[in-house]
Amino acid sequence: MNKLYIFLKYFFIVVWTVFVVAPFLWALTTSFKDFQSVNGGVTYIPWVDFEPNLEGWKVLIKSPAKGGVDIIEPYFNSLFVTCTASLISIILGTLSAYALSRYTFKAGFVKNNDITFFFISQRIMPPIVLSIPFFLFLSSINLLDSLTGLIVVYIVLLMPIAVWIMVDFFNKVPREIDETALIDGCNPYQAFLKVVLPNSIPGLIVAGMFCIIFGWIDFFFAFILTFTEVQLLPVKIVALNSSVTPWWSLSASALVSVAPLIIVAFIVERYLSKGNLSGAIK
Amino acid sequence: MDLVANNLSYKPDDQYHLNEVSFNFKEGNLYTILGRTLSGKTTLLKTIAGLVTPDSGEIEFDGKNFLKVPVWERNVAMVYQQFINYPHLNVFENIAFPLKQRKIDQSIINEKVMDALKSVGLVGFENRKIQELSGGQQQRVSLARSLVKNAKILLLDEPLVNLDYKLREQLREEFKNLFSKGLADETILIYSTTDPRETMELNGEVIVLDEGKVLQVGPAKEIFENPNSLKVAEISNDPPMNIIEAKISDNQIRFEGIDVEAPQHLSKLTEDGLKIGLRSSDIELNENGHEFEVELAEISGSETLLHLKRGDTKIIVSIEEVLNFKIHDKVKINFKINRAYAFHADGKLASSPFGGLNG
Repeated sequence: MNKLYIFLKYFFIVVWTVFVVAPFLWALTTSFKDFQSVNGGVTYIPWVDFEPNLEGWKVLIKSPAKGGVDIIEPYFNSLFVTCTASLISIILGTLSAYALSRYTFKAGFVKNNDITFFFISQRIMPPIVLSIPFFLFLSSINLLDSLTGLIVVYIVLLMPIAVWIMVDFFNKVPREIDETALIDGCNPYQAFLKVVLPNSIPGLIVAGMFCIIFGWIDFFFAFILTFTEVQLLPVKIVALNSSVTPWWSLSASALVSVAPLIIVAFIVERYLSKGNLSGAIK
Repeated sequence: MDLVANNLSYKPDDQYHLNEVSFNFKEGNLYTILGRTLSGKTTLLKTIAGLVTPDSGEIEFDGKNFLKVPVWERNVAMVYQQFINYPHLNVFENIAFPLKQRKIDQSIINEKVMDALKSVGLVGFENRKIQELSGGQQQRVSLARSLVKNAKILLLDEPLVNLDYKLREQLREEFKNLFSKGLADETILIYSTTDPRETMELNGEVIVLDEGKVLQVGPAKEIFENPNSLKVAEISNDPPMNIIEAKISDNQIRFEGIDVEAPQHLSKLTEDGLKIGLRSSDIELNENGHEFEVELAEISGSETLLHLKRGDTKIIVSIEEVLNFKIHDKVKINFKINRAYAFHADGKLASSPFGGLNG
């Protein structure tokens, strides 16, 4: 019985690992293949099955004049836009969430929950509905096709996520902790910074992770709101596709674009395994 | 340095949390606020701390308008019933927090924190995380944090209610010692509780609060002996005082077909709608007594609580031993009638065995 259990356990772990890792291996090997190796039947092992070369990767850094699709600039554009927008969203979102969690707002029939729902409703709308207003808005303030314009739009998209997660988190931090801080001599700002915020780090990390993921993977708005001056990574990767699908450079770019998310995941996992995410509030 | 309140009222929804509450607390004294849950105890303490702003009324401390002083400058300390500590700090840092906030020298902080740890019996726990402590230890940490500040006003909001029976007994004893020796003369100590026994043991000045209103103020003994109304009698006894609708005539107390000879302090009360109050401990099992039916028997600690019924009259009897009864058993009981209270129809005290409002 016990042996069967262990067998089954490892069996499923192996199956699942294959399931998760296989696409990455596939992308990794494909990125080193050329036209013949991709179209010449199923091959896996470099040097045995096929002769690896770096063509797929070189395309990514070659300038368009030489037949490449220079993704270095869009890559850093994407990093910059995602990080800046996430950071601002987290700061604004956390402050709004704290206010929504601790203070009572009332404007006619509009109350705290309605305001929170308003934030979330921004994410319920299909993006296509927002595209025209965003386009007109950015063009009227001359921010179309610019990093600043993208950051503004991404803040609108990401802040609701931060507010949503943090309102829920702050609601779970007992109000009495704030009150105790006040009694112990903190003014409201100190109470927030010295007591509430340090106890909300797990929530901040989760919110930050979601913001980074949603910001990083966005294609739609990056596609609609930029033309030639500025480009973001997802748009550039799509531009790779031509009459002959370049599987090798697509695979390479897929690996490069997923790398930051994997790094974020590892950092969060580190934090998780330290047990810091759970048990902050008893 | 007195803490004086005048007609404090607070009504955030359709119920009064505080209703015209006035008091005059003098330094160096212990005040117990006794009331059931939702009677406004916590609101009152929070108002004193400054966390709640009353709709009307005034609080003065040391002759100054206290309502104009923000919470963080009031120099009060408060212990909550839910063991509130800062989870991101260890025990030492938790206790040092209010001192750090005052920018006191680190060496003095160390000294004071160690003193506070000693007085709550947590020496050696300095570097523990809060989450690693038991409930009782957590509550000691928050008590230490409130002691270390040397606050002029110390508020304890049902500090023992979330602890298990044994810890509660133990901490209550320690509190008493701490209050009697450790507190500076100028501190006003305000302790809120739902537990009448706690109130009697602490033996301070008692304020009985119900639905935001002060019902009675006086020393614990006075509240116990001469509750001024039915409500106070209910609140200040656990289990609540038994209330029996009876009639007194011809020197006899009559109810449910039972005649009991009226003691002297009740004999002159012949009005209608009189209610007789008798503590559950003032009723005993007796072979020659009156027959009642058992509705429920609960064993609590070394005590048995019998819920009895006869006609429309329901009473609770507490017996100082563990006895087993079945529902619908018949028992015979006797009333220690010379310990009985009488209340008028409107709930006011008519007569007490300790001489309150005799006759």
